Amino acid sequence: MSEQDELRKLVRAVSRLTLGVAFGASLVIAMLIYYIVDPSVSAVTQLIQEKETVVTENPDLIENGVHVRTGLIEAEGLMSVVNNCTNCHSAKLVIQNRMNTERWKSTIQWMQRTQNLWDLGDQEEVIINYLVKNYPPPKKGRRQALSDIQWYKLED
Amino acid sequence: MKRRAFVKKTALSSLAGLIGAPIVFGKKMPANYRPVTLQEPDPYQLFDLNQEMVVLNNRPWNIEAKAHLLDEDITSAEHMFIRNNGVIPKDIDVKSWTLTIDGESVQQEKTYSLAELKSKFQQYTYQVTLECGGNGRSEFDPPAKGNQWTVGAVSCAQWTGVRLRDLLEDVGVKSDAVYIGYHAIDTHLSGDPAKEPISRGVPMEKALQDETLLAFQMNGEDIPLAHGYPLRLIAGGWPASASGKWVNRLSIRDRVHDGAKMTGTSYRIPCKPVAPGEKVEDKDMCIIESMPVKSLITYPKSGAIIESGEKLNIRGHAWAGELEVSRMEYSIDFGASWNQANLDQPVNRLAWQHFSASIEFPENGYYEIWAKATDSNGNSQPMVLPGWNPKGYLNNACHRIAIKVES
Repeated sequence: MSEQDELRKLVRAVSRLTLGVAFGASLVIAMLIYYIVDPSVSAVTQLIQEKETVVTENPDLIENGVHVRTGLIEAEGLMSVVNNCTNCHSAKLVIQNRMNTERWKSTIQWMQRTQNLWDLGDQEEVIINYLVKNYPPPKKGRRQALSDIQWYKLED
Repeated sequence: MKRRAFVKKTALSSLAGLIGAPIVFGKKMPANYRPVTLQEPDPYQLFDLNQEMVVLNNRPWNIEAKAHLLDEDITSAEHMFIRNNGVIPKDIDVKSWTLTIDGESVQQEKTYSLAELKSKFQQYTYQVTLECGGNGRSEFDPPAKGNQWTVGAVSCAQWTGVRLRDLLEDVGVKSDAVYIGYHAIDTHLSGDPAKEPISRGVPMEKALQDETLLAFQMNGEDIPLAHGYPLRLIAGGWPASASGKWVNRLSIRDRVHDGAKMTGTSYRIPCKPVAPGEKVEDKDMCIIESMPVKSLITYPKSGAIIESGEKLNIRGHAWAGELEVSRMEYSIDFGASWNQANLDQPVNRLAWQHFSASIEFPENGYYEIWAKATDSNGNSQPMVLPGWNPKGYLNNACHRIAIKVES
């Protein structure tokens, strides 16, 4: 191997290295520019959100009679409630409210009047029946007994 | 099946890309499992909350305290209830934040920067009780609509800001002014940009009180985002919804403000008492103003077991809306007899008052301690639920804790 050959090899290696470094640097610069333009990195977060729904969650999964995604009881009308009642607010708000048919009706009307809820059509009856049957109002009277008391020794 | 496997495989590798590390046992991850790093935001981290705070609703965020978490004289952010009607704003730029005063009864519309507000007007600091109008709603029968608050939607923090009155004087108010309505930058749950989640306010008389502030500090620091950073209206003693968060506009109205949640049944009760469950027409509903007299035992936590012969020292806070609490009593025999507790004066008007008592129990057994405050007009807390109303507001029934005395 001549000295010239060796030199040529060295030059080639150096130029390859330089090219590599330049490529890496330009990649970093490109990412930096993107970050400056879009500091919330929305394209990436959007990707995360999309992946999340596709991958890690079966939206219809039921476990022990409960719809996992929303916590609602599995019963006739469940998906009508999920599809119409959990778009704006959490299902937690539905579950903690107990009403009869008449009051659910007026609540739905209030949401339609003021909160942009759409016309539920024939689903309205299905939804109300589901709610009244699965989340009936408890009888509380004028004052309930203290419940769920966690006893503990009081230390001074 | 094939497609699913493909989706899972590509998904796993892209997930790995997102997390920045391969998911080693990814194939064994249950199909519906969401890796912790990608799970929904943890409200306790998001809002820096004590782990015992109770989340009632995650969209919108509604979180309450438990009685024993409210033991501090001045409520800290980690123990302060969070009430939202809409979506909490983000990416707030304080440098460009402005407050505009407009409305039918403004002499001339005017806009202030935050820096101007802070430098142009004298600053005041008050401890102010803010209680959600629906605090205690969960006890009503038939159940009332809305977040089912128990006892913890109340706080008394120290708020610093400028007096709304000084600002109104600077702007100039016409003689026909009736109400101040606030507008803010939070967004409606439906995503409709034309809708405001909430836009309430107070009558001029309340707006002109010394303690009615446009606040930019809570407990000596910038207001936490969930509590209205960078500017919040503070109207203590009224339903906390009158104290608008993230405020960027105030309208001086020549009529009762008619913004979102001012009308219909929102923050209103029947003008005349009704039977539980009775239907009430909107026209027969009246706006809630001052909150009623109320108190909480914040020490000990309910469920304490003490040894026979030991004295029990209790303490807590009492408040009365616009009024002062003039007497504080407790009962250990289900309201048959009442004993006086020590009651402090408020630090300033509209601040809650601290009470304490030292209790001796006659024999071993189960007891409940009931707390009853009386306001300066002679009105006391009821032992059972007060008047039912369609939206379940203003439950000021006595707070109760359970105690056992054992040898």
